[in-house]
Amino acid sequence: ARALTPQTAETDAIRFLVGTQSLRYDNQIHIIDFDDENNIINKNVLLHQVGEIWHISTSPADKGVLSTCYNKTSDTKVMTCAAVWRMPKELESGSHESPDDSSSNTQTLELLCHLDNTAHGNMACVMWEPMGDGKKIISLADNNILLWDLQESSSQAVLSSSAALEGKGQLKFTSGRWSPHHNCTQIATANDTTVRGWDTRSMRQIYCIENAHGQLVRDLDFNPNKQYYLASCGDDCKVKFWDTRNVTEPVKTLEEHSHWVWNVRYNHSHDQLILTGSSDSRVILSNMVSISSEPFGHMVDDDELSDQEDHHQEEKIKEPLQDSVIATYEEHEDSVYAVEWSSADPWLFASLSYDGRLVINRVPRALKYHILL
Amino acid sequence: MAAVTAGSGAGSGAGGSPEATGGSTGGGGWRRPHGPLQRYYGPSTAEAAEAAPDPTDINGPHFDPEVFMTKVRSECPLGQLLAREAALGREIRALDSDMQTLLYENYNKFISATDTIRKMKVDFRHMEAEMDDLAANMAAISASSARVSAALQDRHRRGAQLAGVQALLRKLQALVEVPGRLRRWAGTEPARALRCHARARAVLRHYRHLPSFRAIEDESHAIMADLAQRLRTRLRCETLDPKELTECVEMLLQLEEPPEELSEEFLSQAGARLEAELAALEAELPAADPSGTATTPPPPASDILDFVDRGSSAFVGTLCQLAGSYRTLFGGDAGRLEPFAAALATRYFALLERRLALERGLGDTSLLVRALDRFHRRLRALLELLPAGADAAAALVARAARERVDRYLRALQTFFLGCLGDVRQALAAPRPPGKEGPGLPDLLATLAASVLGQLKAVLAYVQLFTARDVAFASLPYFKGEFCVTAVREGLVVAFVRWLCRTARGFADGPAERGAPAAPPALLLLLSRLCLDYENSTISYILTLTDEQFPPQDSGPAVTPGPALCAEARAAAQRLLDHYVQVQGAAVAQMLRKSVETRDWLGTVEPRNVRAVMKRVVEDITAIDVQVGQLFEEGVRRAQSSDSSRRAFSVYSSSRAPGRYAPSYTPSAPMDTHLLSNIQKLFSERIDIFSPVEFNKVSVLTGIIKISLKTLLECVRLRTLGRFGLQQVQVDGHYLQLYLWRFASDERVVQGLLDEVAASAAHRCLDPVPMEHSVVELICERG
Repeated sequence: ARALTPQTAETDAIRFLVGTQSLRYDNQIHIIDFDDENNIINKNVLLHQVGEIWHISTSPADKGVLSTCYNKTSDTKVMTCAAVWRMPKELESGSHESPDDSSSNTQTLELLCHLDNTAHGNMACVMWEPMGDGKKIISLADNNILLWDLQESSSQAVLSSSAALEGKGQLKFTSGRWSPHHNCTQIATANDTTVRGWDTRSMRQIYCIENAHGQLVRDLDFNPNKQYYLASCGDDCKVKFWDTRNVTEPVKTLEEHSHWVWNVRYNHSHDQLILTGSSDSRVILSNMVSISSEPFGHMVDDDELSDQEDHHQEEKIKEPLQDSVIATYEEHEDSVYAVEWSSADPWLFASLSYDGRLVINRVPRALKYHILL
Repeated sequence: MAAVTAGSGAGSGAGGSPEATGGSTGGGGWRRPHGPLQRYYGPSTAEAAEAAPDPTDINGPHFDPEVFMTKVRSECPLGQLLAREAALGREIRALDSDMQTLLYENYNKFISATDTIRKMKVDFRHMEAEMDDLAANMAAISASSARVSAALQDRHRRGAQLAGVQALLRKLQALVEVPGRLRRWAGTEPARALRCHARARAVLRHYRHLPSFRAIEDESHAIMADLAQRLRTRLRCETLDPKELTECVEMLLQLEEPPEELSEEFLSQAGARLEAELAALEAELPAADPSGTATTPPPPASDILDFVDRGSSAFVGTLCQLAGSYRTLFGGDAGRLEPFAAALATRYFALLERRLALERGLGDTSLLVRALDRFHRRLRALLELLPAGADAAAALVARAARERVDRYLRALQTFFLGCLGDVRQALAAPRPPGKEGPGLPDLLATLAASVLGQLKAVLAYVQLFTARDVAFASLPYFKGEFCVTAVREGLVVAFVRWLCRTARGFADGPAERGAPAAPPALLLLLSRLCLDYENSTISYILTLTDEQFPPQDSGPAVTPGPALCAEARAAAQRLLDHYVQVQGAAVAQMLRKSVETRDWLGTVEPRNVRAVMKRVVEDITAIDVQVGQLFEEGVRRAQSSDSSRRAFSVYSSSRAPGRYAPSYTPSAPMDTHLLSNIQKLFSERIDIFSPVEFNKVSVLTGIIKISLKTLLECVRLRTLGRFGLQQVQVDGHYLQLYLWRFASDERVVQGLLDEVAASAAHRCLDPVPMEHSVVELICERG
């Protein structure tokens, strides 16, 4: 399984969506609820019969709306398509029943619309406008960037504009991210070793980081608090941090993984926390204080922590933190293809590996208090 | 016989000579051996002899005629007695006649003596009268003499008076002539005029109350003032050599000119002269470029030794001379001299420094050292005069030496880069088929030897600075700090550090964008070089340096050898890792493209191993050869007996080891997946891009791991048809056949290939594996 996403519009419950990949069985979307207080995981299964899921993303505005990129396989051809779906109402906010036998409980997704890609090629991923009302999505198909408008309560997708990457050889986008800054007018895409920035209004390229990585760039993420900062990762086992105003040199480079890095994610509220997943089966949580939006030694005045004892304990170890690896998680036995922070709890994240194992972890308490206090 | 006993007693008393008693009967012979003794005892022995008178000795004083007669009569025969009687009679007659002659002669002499005495008596009486006469005459003479002298005394006094007057008059004459002489000499021989004036001056001053003398004094004063004026003019206007200058000022001093003013004049004169010399020196230097644009200055006309030589003989010599004369002229008052000399010396130093700065090239260090040495030696004379200059001069020399060392460091670096360039060229040069170019070990040996040789040569050059015959080598700076800071730290350690940094740069730099990547063989070569440095070269170099430049105990802290070694090792490790990554990436790229571009769904049934796999095996073999040239074989993990022939266990149940899944059946693909997961639980986690060890097997294992992991990840991204799966199966088997022998642990290869196969099966729409025998057949055929 490769597809993992938090339920972006959900801010209360910790909920992730996982898409399965199977060629011979019906594919499913698993809705994973994590009950933080009781440490219980609930699972609901939705059938996704059209094909194996390569990418999944959720609408930032509507809890029930999600999009998938899936493989449609015929005898001699594999085509990756994308569609927008709505999950059944009762599952939108999650159910707290104990999971029964999953097969009897499966429900089907309601198809809202297809993103017609017959003219553009295989879909690599679908991005929702981060701050928007869930009306705009962008999909990457081979060498095209397609901007869609969802109309009539998402039942119809109209291609509003598109841009194509021209160049020698086979150019294929591998991934992309929509920047939450600049009024959501910028996206960044990755193809081969290059990272490019685009303006969604003019659909023109605005910057280009040639040879951002020695080999293929696998993933990107924007710093949610610093508008020009971008993280990228790739097959050269590195994670690099860029200032898009100066693309000649990376601001910082991390070299912790021992194989391709498939995923990099900024924490949504504390951007010094960087999560990376790699095919060396490890998930690494790094603390990049020096390039985060928080200044060194910054302290928040409000003392929300009622427990005075804890407070005292934490104060003893309060020193300016250096850039460092906080933790390496080795629970996975196979390559980790996706890591995501929870949209509801900033101290919680999930990682998904090829063998289908989903692991939910927390940021270490000591560090959490250190950042908070 | 008493004589015999006495003699023997004396003999034994003298030390017991054995012959003394034995020879007692030998008549007259007994005395001879005792000769020296007798001489030694002297009179006592003679007395002993006298104490034994021989009454038979006819000539002896104790002669006893009776005894003699008895003896002769008793001893001698008749004939002999007769002969003896006759002889005695003859003797007696001769003696009688002799006696008579003597008596007669004595009588004669007595008579003549009586005659003489008588005659003398008469003569004396006569003489007495004459003596009385003489006495009377003498008295008369003395009386008349006294009269004469009394008469002449008056005249004599007058004569003496006259002589005194004449001398006075002559002196006056000389005084009168003084102005004239002064005038005459003032023009041509001022020194003589001065002497003359000095002689006359005291007298004139004494008699100045007399009008005539005053006139003379005034005149001579005027002349001398005139002379002083002229001397001053000369002092001011002309360029004088130091000797003339000294003379001139000396004369002026004698003329009682104010010394303050004179010393000032002197210094300004001297200053002008020294300035001129400095200007001459400066003229040799190319004009300083005011704009600072570094157009390369033309090479200086003369070499540095020449320059320093001239500078020291001209400038320093003159300065010393002038300073010496100043001292003698104006006494110990050096208050004005010191700043003056200091200012000039500073300018000279500045000039020299500029000249030294011109010594851009490496040139001849011995020449530079000699020049600095000469400078330092010459300056020492000046330093007594100018203690402050010592530091400045030492600092100058030290700076020059330091500068030179720095330059050597740069030259070394350039040299090393040049060597690297050569190596790169040699690596890049196309080799004519059949003819092998120089192998990597040769290149490495050449590189290491030439760099080491160059370093040694540089050390030898630098050692010139501390040679014993060089004067400044004994400065504390050169003994301590120079050895440690400049040479050991500044040159040797800095070079080694730089080398490591440069080597690392090859690993770090090209990974970023833009820079042209270094050829992998070069990475390998540099890695080996750094490793060699770590193992032996660094300690060798440091020992060599410490021998040639013995560090002092109290000196600043030095970089210890182990730290350098660690740096070198880190660089070597980094390079080798980078080599593995580069080579692995190259192979991986090949595999990735081959997987991504193929249509795995529509492929036909596999008949052959894909060409790209053969290429991979070829490449890895080539890398194996390349690494094997420089690195040792390394340790291979012991092979388990069954694994070498182990086939794709996930496909053929007959060959599958039953350890993990006895109930395993090939028809359930999800189970294979589960199986591989369980297997993974028991096997070690494989780090793909992990540091490698310094041996061939480790390096190759690293490369193979990277390649196979790539294959695995790529296959997982594809969807395969039945024949696609079979092709992967064939390829995997082929790789396994050829790659296991390169890896340190073939289980790694096996494990990764198993995973590839499992993933391929998982990604397959119709997982029908090929018969294992067919797979083997295809692989052996290919």
